Amino acid sequence: MTDLVIIGGGPAGMSAAIAAYECGIRDILILERDEHLGGILQQCIHNGFGLHKFSEELTGPEYAYRYEKRVIELGIPYKLGTMVLDITKDKVITATNAEDGVFQINAKAIILAMGCRERAKGALNIAGSRPAGIYSAGTAQKFVNMKGYMPGRDVVILGSGDIGLIMARRMTLEGAKVHAVCELMPYSSGLARNIEQCLNDFSIPLKTSHTVTEIHGKERLTGVTIARVDENRKPIPETSEFIPCDTLLLSVGLIPENELSRSMGVDLSGITSGATVDQDRQTSIEGVFACGNVLHVHDLVDFVSEEAEIAGKAAAEYINGMVETTVNIPIKTDGKIRYTVPQVITKSKDVTVFFRVSDVYKNVKITVKSGDDVIVSKKKVRVAPGEMESIKLRASDIEKRKELIFSLEVV
Amino acid sequence: MYDVLIIGAGVIGGMVARTLAKYDLKICILEKENDVAMGATKANSAIVHAGFDAKEGSLKARLNIKGSAMMESVCKELGVKYKNNGSLVIGFNDDDRATIEELKKRGDKGGVPALRVLEKDELLTLEPNLSRNVTCALYAPSGAIVCPYKLTVAAIGNAMDNGAELICNFPVTDIEKIDGGFMVKSGEKSVSSRYVINCAGLFSDKIAAMVGDESFSVHPRRGEYILLDKECGGILNHTVFRTPSKMGKGILVSPTVDGNLLLGPTSVDIEDKDDKTTTAEGFQKIIKEANENVNGLDIRKTITSFCGLRAVGSTGDFIINSPVPHFINAAGIESPGLSASPAIAMYIESLLRESGLMLNEKSDYEPTRPAMHRFREASIQEKNEIIKKDRAYGKIVCRCETVTEGEILEAIRRNPKPRDLDGVKRRTRAQMGRCQGGFCGPYIVELLAREQNIPFEDVTKSGGNSYINLGKTKEAAKND
Repeated sequence: MTDLVIIGGGPAGMSAAIAAYECGIRDILILERDEHLGGILQQCIHNGFGLHKFSEELTGPEYAYRYEKRVIELGIPYKLGTMVLDITKDKVITATNAEDGVFQINAKAIILAMGCRERAKGALNIAGSRPAGIYSAGTAQKFVNMKGYMPGRDVVILGSGDIGLIMARRMTLEGAKVHAVCELMPYSSGLARNIEQCLNDFSIPLKTSHTVTEIHGKERLTGVTIARVDENRKPIPETSEFIPCDTLLLSVGLIPENELSRSMGVDLSGITSGATVDQDRQTSIEGVFACGNVLHVHDLVDFVSEEAEIAGKAAAEYINGMVETTVNIPIKTDGKIRYTVPQVITKSKDVTVFFRVSDVYKNVKITVKSGDDVIVSKKKVRVAPGEMESIKLRASDIEKRKELIFSLEVV
Repeated sequence: MYDVLIIGAGVIGGMVARTLAKYDLKICILEKENDVAMGATKANSAIVHAGFDAKEGSLKARLNIKGSAMMESVCKELGVKYKNNGSLVIGFNDDDRATIEELKKRGDKGGVPALRVLEKDELLTLEPNLSRNVTCALYAPSGAIVCPYKLTVAAIGNAMDNGAELICNFPVTDIEKIDGGFMVKSGEKSVSSRYVINCAGLFSDKIAAMVGDESFSVHPRRGEYILLDKECGGILNHTVFRTPSKMGKGILVSPTVDGNLLLGPTSVDIEDKDDKTTTAEGFQKIIKEANENVNGLDIRKTITSFCGLRAVGSTGDFIINSPVPHFINAAGIESPGLSASPAIAMYIESLLRESGLMLNEKSDYEPTRPAMHRFREASIQEKNEIIKKDRAYGKIVCRCETVTEGEILEAIRRNPKPRDLDGVKRRTRAQMGRCQGGFCGPYIVELLAREQNIPFEDVTKSGGNSYINLGKTKEAAKND
């Protein structure tokens, strides 16, 4: 029996492990599928990480190293090159690696920190051929930053997620020509700072309300047809335009990797594609916690680390037998607030609730209500789906409430 | 000089090669692409038809029923999956019912085993996710599913293990009659053989014309498909066809042997034999009709979509004959070509025998090809045994389909050797899951480069100019 097994040694897994250690837990094991700790940060060689957490601008590998160093200093055990194949709801973990073969571990508590993956081209059903030269932005990032190879020279990017924006700049710096970034929605799903620093600074056009309607080329990509879309996101044929290119990068969304969570029976949210959790990031299975991008996709790794600390501390409390459920307050949202994390509050203590809005709104008032009582409200000049928001609730605010409703109105 | 040259490394060429490999013959397969199974074989409905569809007495009907009966044992010998899931032709109205009765009569007469007409209640008990509007169905318990490209890889691999050769990237450009046989050319390159078998799929009319046979033509008929995630695979157990009508055969919904759900195909005659593009109209038709047949399909769970080209012959039947001595056509092999393939190979064997080719069995012929290791399907004990022998089987490369480095290396080193990313994908399923190679693609490129001893940037997606990378960083742009 192992006290705490953490699935994933990226920023979430490492931060959760350190937090649990600092709460007195010593019997910890991190299982990481890659050959090093750090997860996807290892290929994110641009800077901008750590502004919130360390008040410094770090690169991805530098940010990861701060945590890796701490994990090693504390002597927290981890296994690399190790893939978890199955977890049962009784917390029996089956994993494999080249050294140990297939092995099983009984865990008292589990923290799910598997991260997310990019939505692939298949899900988009783009018409045309299937040539080489079409990659998700993260795959291209791996080729360029980790392997030192150029997946292409003349590039169109579909989707304006943050990795797509980062890769627009990266490919440009490596000598490629990025012809356009097409975004189906009328707004970008990326961070405003990335639009500025990765597109505008390099005069790369962002074509909102545009999509790729056809892929051309038999062996290697020779071009794409793009078109403007109407308010129902249907392409308008008269606006079709052919762009010759040898590479199409996709940055069309990230999906929390919850195959293990699903098969072990953790309740998942249809909106976040991650587990539904309480303020401790505990899932529907007692003693199983989730944090980081496997729970919901974050904008900044700094927030991943913070969330993982919450999960790590809570797992330590669980292992030490400090389980007390005092309340059961579900958090509901109106249509304009897409989701919250957590989705339920089970302890009377101060809680920060994170949430995303479903569209770009200007001059808004966000209100947390219980029945007709307004508990908190705050005003924002602009909110967008690409930027996570949060509201702090005090223990005294939420005591004795039956439910909380998050709503947004344009004022 | 070879005894037999087989033009085309699809399922027909593969089955023919394997059937002939048990004899003391020098055999070579010529393929225009970078890998085997690259034509109609890699993009079709993957179904072993029961055999009630084709007209009585036709080659299609005879060879389908015979081939379908052989398929299970062939798959067993070749170590590939075969699932006898049964098929249903569902009807929605009286016209459909009349057609279903007609199909049953035809099938019974041809010898299709155990056909039965099911009424609505029994049908919905069997397949609860079918549309509530169904009224009846033709149930064929002998219907089955296979993976056509894995079957072909295994058949050709088995033929090669028994001595047959394979030459890829050899598009036949001319055939010359020479003393005692033929010289088959591809540009400057040539090989000669006593016998030639034309299994060139869509291009079999061009090949036949090279020896003066212009009695038929083959044209492409586009079939588009959508493949859904394994999460959706459990919706159906049986292969579900619409009742054929004036409007065509309609869209089928079928589980695959690997647990996905396949929707398609459309059916559109086109001109260009290389045009494997999908269309927005195709997607719409598939989605609309599949939803009419089955409830609960989630199109957002699409893994990929693709288009295959059927090789439609001008005679309406398979064209299997010998237009000139020592030259045999296996042309116009559209559906049910996959189902019929083992029987077609036997038929061709008999034509060769009739034409005087000596068929002496080899003493060291090995009919079985051990199955590839399939880590994800093994028990913990089996997994540990193989990891103990080779630690590469403990390392998962493709996380979506749980494929190990050991399996990928095994595929790369085994006949017929894949040389590109798609070749590894078809053999191992690595890159075939939800992320479509997003995570494991770069590593498989590395393995392919290392194993073939070629530079990283020379690895292609599927041969030719389909390079994955266009050079090193900082260098690519300088080449302009």
